[in-house]
Amino acid sequence: MNWIDWLVLVGTMVGIAAYGTWRTRHTRNLNTYLKGNVNTGWLTIGLSVMATQASTITYLSLPGQAFESGIDFIQNYFGLPLALIVVCIVFLPIYRKLGVYTAYEYLGKRFDAKTRLLGAALFLLQRGLQAGITIYAPAIILSTVLGWRLDLTILFTGLLVVVYTVTGGSAAVNLTQKWQMGVIFVGMVAAFVILVLKLPPDATHIAGALGKLQGVDFTPDLKRRYTFWSGILGGFFLSLSYFGTDQSQVQRYIGGAALREGRLGLMFNAVFKIPMQFFIVMLGALLFVFYQFQPNTPVFFNQTEWQRHAQGSQGAELRMIEAKFAAVHAEKQEKIRAWVAARDGGDATLESAARTAMIESHQAANALRQQARSTLLALDPTVKTKDSDYVFITFILTQLPHGLVGLLIAVMFASALSSKAGELNALGTTSTIDLWRHFRPLAVHDEARNVRNAKWFTALWGVFAIGFALFIGFAENLIEALNIVASIFYPSLLGVFCVAFFFKRVGGSAVFGAAIVAQLLVLLIFFCGKIFPAHEIGYLWLNPIGCAGCIGFSLLFQWLLGRRNAAIAKS
Amino acid sequence: MTKPHPPSESPSEEAPNVPGFRTWRGIYVFVLFWFIGCVALLAWLSHAFK
Repeated sequence: MNWIDWLVLVGTMVGIAAYGTWRTRHTRNLNTYLKGNVNTGWLTIGLSVMATQASTITYLSLPGQAFESGIDFIQNYFGLPLALIVVCIVFLPIYRKLGVYTAYEYLGKRFDAKTRLLGAALFLLQRGLQAGITIYAPAIILSTVLGWRLDLTILFTGLLVVVYTVTGGSAAVNLTQKWQMGVIFVGMVAAFVILVLKLPPDATHIAGALGKLQGVDFTPDLKRRYTFWSGILGGFFLSLSYFGTDQSQVQRYIGGAALREGRLGLMFNAVFKIPMQFFIVMLGALLFVFYQFQPNTPVFFNQTEWQRHAQGSQGAELRMIEAKFAAVHAEKQEKIRAWVAARDGGDATLESAARTAMIESHQAANALRQQARSTLLALDPTVKTKDSDYVFITFILTQLPHGLVGLLIAVMFASALSSKAGELNALGTTSTIDLWRHFRPLAVHDEARNVRNAKWFTALWGVFAIGFALFIGFAENLIEALNIVASIFYPSLLGVFCVAFFFKRVGGSAVFGAAIVAQLLVLLIFFCGKIFPAHEIGYLWLNPIGCAGCIGFSLLFQWLLGRRNAAIAKS
Repeated sequence: MTKPHPPSESPSEEAPNVPGFRTWRGIYVFVLFWFIGCVALLAWLSHAFK
C-alpha cells in the first residue's frame, strides 16, 4: 500500500464515520435513537438491512470459499426471498402495529415476562458472540497480509464504530450504512471488472470443467452441507429467524415513515440478495481460473504464515512441496490449454481425453496443497491451515492498481463497520428495553435516562466485542462459523415466534419450557455430530429441526398443562 | 417520553405505491417468480458449464 491507498482508505473510513457522527450528534429522542429517523425511506432501509447482514466475511471469505469448493454456497440463500415474504406478511405488520422497539417486547405482550427475557437472552448470547467474530474476522486477515498489529487493527475498527453508533444510535447506523454500501458496491464492481479483463476467453468453461460452477445440487443427501433442499428448507428457517426475530435486523426495518417503507426495503433484499451473492461467489470461481494461469500461484495463500515457516530451520520440506507444486501447476496449465484447444477443435474423443488429463492434473495439485497444509500443521499445531480466506485479499494486493487497493481495503473495513454498527445498536437496544427497563420499571418514562442508558449499553457491548475479538481464534472458514453459531441459537427462538403468531392457544409457560428443551435438543444434535462425525448432518438442517421441535414441544406442554389444570379444577 | 409510532396504518389496505403493482400480493408474486428465475438460471449454468 502506498500513500494514495492510505489516503483513500483513511479518507473513506474516517470520513463516513465523522459524517454519521456529525449529522446525528443532536439525537436526544429515544424513538429516533432506537428506530432511526421517522423519514427514513425504503431504499435506506433496504441498504441498511443488506449492510447489516453482509459483513467483511461475506466479501473476503465467500470468494475464497468459491475458489476452494465452487459456487454451491449460493444455495444457502435460496430460502431467503421466501422468508422475507413471510416477514413482510406476518412479522412486520405486527411489530409496527404494536409500536415495539424490539422483537422481544412482542413476546412479553403475547406471552409473559419470562418468555420475553428468554428471547432477549438468546439474542444477546448469540449476537454478542457473533459481534466478536464480526470484528475479529477481517482484522486477523488484514493484519496478517498487511503486516499490521492485530490488536491495533481490532481496536481501531472497534472504537471507530463505537463512536458513531453510541453518538447517533439507529439514525447514525442507517446513514453510515448507506454510504458504506456505496463504497462496497463501487469497490467490488471495480475488482470484478479488472479480474474479468485479466481472464482467458474460455474462463467460465474452465471453471465449469473443474467443478466450480455447480450452483444447484438436487441430491437429497442430509449429510451434504449445501444442496437445493437444505438451502430452500434450512435456508428458509435460518433467514426467517434472522430477519424475523434477530433484533439487529428487526431494528433496521421497523423504523421509517410507514409500513410500506419497511416492506419495500425487505423486498429490495428479496430481489437483490441472490444476484449479489452470485456475483461474489462468481468472483471466487473466476479467481480460481485466474490463478490457474499465474506462474507464481502460491501453494498456500496465507503467504505470511507460509514464509515464516518455510524460511525457518525446519522449512526444507515446505520448500520441497512448493517446488513440486510449481512444477505440477505449470503442467496443469498446459493440460488446461490442451483441453481448451481440444474443445475448440470439436473432436469429442480428444476433448474427453484432454478433460481427464486436466482433472487428474488438478487433483494432483490439490493433493499437494493438502500436503502443504498437513506439513505446516505438523510443524506448527497452532497454525490455521484454511487459507481460502486469503485468496481474494492476495489478488487485491498483488493485481490491483494503487488507489483501488486502498478502496478495496476500505470495502473490507466498511463492511465490518456497517455490520458491527447494526449489531451494537441492537445489542444496546435490547439490553435497555428488555433487560434494564424490565428491572427498573419506574424509569420507563424518563426519556433522557433511557437514551443515556441505551448509549451506555451500546458502548459496553462494543467494549465486550472488542475484548472478545482480542482473545479468540477460529479454525473453521469464517462465514461458516457465523452461520453455524446462528443455526444453533436461532431455531428455538424462531419456534417461540412461530408459536406466538400461529398458535394462539399456547401460553407462556408451555412455550418457555419448549424453547429450552428445543435448544438442548439442537445442542445435543450438534455435539453428537462432532463426537460421531459419521452421523453429522449439515448444520442448515438444525434450523427446521429446532423450530419444529419448539413448536411440537409447545403444543405438547400446553396439552399437558391443560390436562393438569383440568384435573386440579376437577379435584 | 415520546411514544413509539402510533398504530395508525392499516397494513392490509395500504397500497404499495410502486409503478406496475396495485397490491402487495402482486409484489410477492413477482418476487416469487424472480426467485424461480434465479434458480432456473443457476441450474442452467450448472448444466451448461459442466
